[in-house]
Amino acid sequence: MSDPNIETVGMDTLIVRLFDDIDEEHMPWMLAADHALREAFGEALIDLVPSYTTLLVHYDIERLDLQAARARAREALTGLTPATSGEGQRHVIPVWYDVSVGPELARIAERLGVSQEDVIARHCARDYSVFALGFAPGYAFMGRLDDALATPRLKTPRQKVAAGSVAIAERQTAVYPTLSPGGWNIIGRTAVALFGRDQEGYSLFRPGDTVRFEAITREAFIEQGGDPAPLAERGDTPTEAQR
Amino acid sequence: MKGLIVERAGPLALIQDGGRFGVRHLGVTQGGAADWVSLGWANWLLGNAPQAPGVEITLGGLTLCAEASATLALTGADLGATLDDEPLAPGCRFTIAAGQRLAFERPRAGLRAYLAFPGGLDAAPVLGSAASTVRERLGGLDGQGRALTEGDCLTWAGAAGPERTLPSGVGTLPEVGERVMLALVGGAQLAGFSGTSVFEAFNTPWQVDQRADRMGVRLTGPELRYLGEGMVSEGIPLGAVQVPADGQPIVLLNDRQTIGGYPRLGALTPLACTRLAQCQPGSEVWLTPVAAGQARDAHLRQLAYWR
Repeated sequence: MSDPNIETVGMDTLIVRLFDDIDEEHMPWMLAADHALREAFGEALIDLVPSYTTLLVHYDIERLDLQAARARAREALTGLTPATSGEGQRHVIPVWYDVSVGPELARIAERLGVSQEDVIARHCARDYSVFALGFAPGYAFMGRLDDALATPRLKTPRQKVAAGSVAIAERQTAVYPTLSPGGWNIIGRTAVALFGRDQEGYSLFRPGDTVRFEAITREAFIEQGGDPAPLAERGDTPTEAQR
Repeated sequence: MKGLIVERAGPLALIQDGGRFGVRHLGVTQGGAADWVSLGWANWLLGNAPQAPGVEITLGGLTLCAEASATLALTGADLGATLDDEPLAPGCRFTIAAGQRLAFERPRAGLRAYLAFPGGLDAAPVLGSAASTVRERLGGLDGQGRALTEGDCLTWAGAAGPERTLPSGVGTLPEVGERVMLALVGGAQLAGFSGTSVFEAFNTPWQVDQRADRMGVRLTGPELRYLGEGMVSEGIPLGAVQVPADGQPIVLLNDRQTIGGYPRLGALTPLACTRLAQCQPGSEVWLTPVAAGQARDAHLRQLAYWR
């Protein structure tokens, strides 16, 4: 890890920049920095938002001025050692992969000239790191995807993507925690609850966690409480305004 | 329990407080009153904590009918409020009697009015806050984030403190003819914009666009050019002025996404955000650079009023 940059980004906010690019190898450092910054700021911390390569520190200006905040951040990062691997949780997420709930499954298979089963097998074949949470509560950006599966976002995002939709964009994958708009390619659906106010810690996934997907049948999906209603609306259909 | 009944909800009336903090790392937005200064003053008028939950009324159209008498406070935008058809100017504390109607028509000055209740409005905190975020289905009366709707009953548990009147000159609405200056703390990516763009950002007027909501406000003006490389998504502070490929800045407000990948000029101060939140589409605003320390001093002065 090169020397971290500490950038002022607002009246009460710093960004600690540890890396320049997205890489699973960075996660132990990011986790360590997260712990260290939380500890160093203590009561003066309002929010700490880690992303792929940076951590945003929103601090309480009634307790700290800019110099004091920068000093705390610097101290926290001095002598940082990467978190030991395996610190994050491991999750196995059962997914019903089917074109009715994941229309882009067919498109991706067609583009690759392989069967849908092959696309599913590739998506299930590796462990993904949770890089960051954002976009919506509990929405985890995971990667990196098998190069062959990398697919650009839809030209026109869907107005409604069902909760539990398993998605792909470029070399990342994610699951939509709740019904929301979205522009990622949908290939399946899970019945697992990803975010809830009654759930411990609210969010199932945390940065640094490892996720593996496992293909299940429609019957198993329904048995787990999944909603098999098809994802009907196609995001790439031009709207009235665009025609 | 007796309270105020929503007879007509209008386009957007939301329960808001100081915001939801400590959960942004889970992707949960900050929320809270877009004009937190006006909410703070409304609460101050009743002797409440500045961040106690109240109602943020956007654009007007709301009618409330009282089932019991109450002392309330109204601040922020002038939305043509009336109490049983008698005009009620914002910036006051007033009593509503049982059977009386408080109605808001349309904006005359500003966009968002704030109504405070004795001891704060009753709304169970969700993830530490009562702030309604419709998109995330968090907070508000039902905990599901929805806006106020016809038939809702607003209640409160406390009593109003001793009579208070607002000090003069503390509102967030610009005076007629005033040039609206929005203080901005420059960010590290500022250096990545072309020299001309940096000059233009701070020396030309910006128009507040129609595309404006609690997530963000688009500004239109000269096209700003970012010369740096594509960015990896990173955390977004309140007031961040991000510049997408079309070169037209978007100021991100309370309900913004938690992370994003557009380059930024910096961030408006939280005080400047309250001014922007009151600007009607078509208003002219200017960005003005400020040091973080100076911004902090101004912010602490605001908080000190409410001690």
